[in-house]
Amino acid sequence: MFRHLTTRILSRPTTVTAARARPFSTDVAAAPAADEAFAEAWKKVIPNIDPPKTPLHFMTPRPSTPSSIPTKLTVNFVLPYASELSAKEVDMVIIPATTGQMGVLPGHVATIAELKPGVMSVHEGNDVTKYFVSSGFAFIHANSYADVIAVEAVPIDQIDPSQVQKGLADFTQKLSSASTDLEKAEAQIGVDVHSALNSALTG
Amino acid sequence: MASNAAVPFWRAAGMTYITYSNVCANLVRNCLKEPYKSEAITREKVHFSVSKWVDGKPQKPIIRSDTPEE
Repeated sequence: MFRHLTTRILSRPTTVTAARARPFSTDVAAAPAADEAFAEAWKKVIPNIDPPKTPLHFMTPRPSTPSSIPTKLTVNFVLPYASELSAKEVDMVIIPATTGQMGVLPGHVATIAELKPGVMSVHEGNDVTKYFVSSGFAFIHANSYADVIAVEAVPIDQIDPSQVQKGLADFTQKLSSASTDLEKAEAQIGVDVHSALNSALTG
Repeated sequence: MASNAAVPFWRAAGMTYITYSNVCANLVRNCLKEPYKSEAITREKVHFSVSKWVDGKPQKPIIRSDTPEE
């Protein structure tokens, strides 16, 4: 009788992992924190000891995707040394992804975007706050949360135009005189960053 | 297997993403207006010492520092 019960308990984890074998589907509901049937079967056999915690118990369930699109986007914008925006509810953010300026509205499909040097703008009602982002990533989750992480982000008015022009001229000159691949890549990065800074100042 | 995705130019030149990202950040910091620029530079100063261990004993440390040595 007990052997039958233990084989049933041992066979349970495989069926549970099979059900969890589609982990990246955005339609998977938030998983329950404990396996109810396992806990009941355990209590029948060993009533005095608590059932062991399964790995699923320690994982916080993925926040559920709301059935109707939320009205606001919640943005977390963090830098290595500071948290610029923390769970701020906004209408839209436009992020400088490598594939171009991407507008993120509430209800945006879950996306991971690598950012290029460029301007990120946060739109809340009629206010627009712009930051120049040096590079980073943006994670947009299915429940209208957006996490933007950047290495360096400054408001546009902290940028010095004369140094941008000087840098642009320097790196353009280095690009034409570069010999090794690495020098060319560094000069190209310099040209890209300074042109982006330039368009941020003029745009 | 040949690369099927187009790699960014910096990776093709042998640079890693971290190096690329740090270079971009340094260039942006150098283009800031004055009080912000000095704050950013002091914030990013690093000082660390690395030593390899051989047979349970540390070898001579390599010190990397942005602060001037006394």
